[in-house]
Amino acid sequence: MTRISPARIALYLISALVLLYLILPVLIIAPISFSSARFLTFPPPSFSTRWYQQYFSNPAWMQATRVTLTVALFTVVIAAPCGVAAAYAISQSKLRIMRLIHMALLLPLVVPIIITAVGIFFVYAKVGLVATMPGLVLANVMLGLPYVVISVLAGLQSFDPAQEMVARSLGMNRLRSFFAVTLPQIKSSVIAGSIFAFISAMDETIVALFISGGQYQPLTKRMFTALRDEIDPTIAAISTLMTAASFLLVLAASTRQKKAG
Amino acid sequence: MLALVSPALLVILALIVLPVGWLAWQSIYHDGFTVENYRRVFTEDIYWRSFALTFEISLAVTVIALLLGYPVAYLANSVPKGWSILILSLVVLPFWTSVLVRAYAWLALLQRTGVINQFLRYLDVISEPLALVHNTFGTVVATVHILLPFMVLPLYATMQKIPGDLMQAGASLGASPSLTFFRVFLPLSLPGVLAGCTMVFVLCLGFYITPELLGGGRTVMVSMLVSRNVELYNQFGAASAVAVVLLLSVLAIFFVVSRFISLDRVLGQK
Repeated sequence: MTRISPARIALYLISALVLLYLILPVLIIAPISFSSARFLTFPPPSFSTRWYQQYFSNPAWMQATRVTLTVALFTVVIAAPCGVAAAYAISQSKLRIMRLIHMALLLPLVVPIIITAVGIFFVYAKVGLVATMPGLVLANVMLGLPYVVISVLAGLQSFDPAQEMVARSLGMNRLRSFFAVTLPQIKSSVIAGSIFAFISAMDETIVALFISGGQYQPLTKRMFTALRDEIDPTIAAISTLMTAASFLLVLAASTRQKKAG
Repeated sequence: MLALVSPALLVILALIVLPVGWLAWQSIYHDGFTVENYRRVFTEDIYWRSFALTFEISLAVTVIALLLGYPVAYLANSVPKGWSILILSLVVLPFWTSVLVRAYAWLALLQRTGVINQFLRYLDVISEPLALVHNTFGTVVATVHILLPFMVLPLYATMQKIPGDLMQAGASLGASPSLTFFRVFLPLSLPGVLAGCTMVFVLCLGFYITPELLGGGRTVMVSMLVSRNVELYNQFGAASAVAVVLLLSVLAIFFVVSRFISLDRVLGQK
């Protein structure tokens, strides 16, 4: 029999408090969003869906939602093939420059996002991409690429390239053997990487603050402005929906990754 | 093979290398070369005060995150698999919630009429609401919350690699549990500590959303200095110089850390 030492009890207690601190803010938003109160109160006085109604009936919020979903979708459509191609090349090639390229593709994770945002703003201002849809999509493709590359590289690590050699020796060309042999086996990591790129585009705020405007403002930019000016539980409703969307996507991605092994 | 990486590389070159290069150029060139922007950053009060404050906050956030994160990682490492999956899920759960959403949640919790103040008044612990937000305190609470997963994950990964029999060996030789912890486990977990601290510190240096929304305008971190110079004052040169100094600080930290541990270890986690 082992006796539970006081140090062990302290460990449990501290960890429980830290975990509470981590999840409390995530759990607090949904009750606020279903409250009838105009101001933030907890516990909520009575149940109401008025903030959801307000969100769905407000054209500005709806337009922002359309922008966010469009941007996230196009981001994945562009970032996924680019990222898969790059990860494949990095894993197959023995060129020394590939290491450097690999590092370059991870730059968006290293450079503080505020610096990237201001830099992109200056460049866009010169070429007329500020407050445009293509500008927003391109910036998010850049930010989402590392997620695809990291995920697919991990998938390729457990894949034996000899299989593709076999397909090629049997007369398939490189492209066909990739689609017939390699891609089906790394499918899960491609999907997981794409989902992370989608979430990253959906949640991206700082670059959008600088480069988006007019009718092409994503949800996050409108939320940020609203939070700075006046707090309204509509934000809680939107936050709850966004969080639910993220969790469902992450759940989908992690079951995918488990299948990949 | 080079053709396959070129689309991705092109995106990176056009949207991060070029913009950062542009910033660097703009910081030293305006109708001729000038060091005026850097002179201002290093001599004017508001600039170096903001840099000092940013480093102080980052240091505080890193230390707090380590003190909070280490026990959680230790516990996750020492319990059966099912429990550790549960603990780690709770750690990464907030990770996938938008930073903006969490900033909003902290506002709801910490403001004068917020959940915590109402609760404390209900318990009669306080008679006047505490100023928990729109100051440095609120910024630190929310920033630690956002960065904690970046501390716990590398710590846990490192602890996983420490062989359990080492601790048993210590115990069988008569060392007390606390002695084996401090003499065996803690030193072996130091690479994880360094990886986690580096990531948290560096991410905190460039943090923007939480200080802007929860700092109440008084906690001017470097990122806010950059954005204000662009949005309010149109001081593009000054903004660029601040950004370059911030970026060089980050790169210098990565460089120094890479002397001790592999950078893959720091960046390995998403």
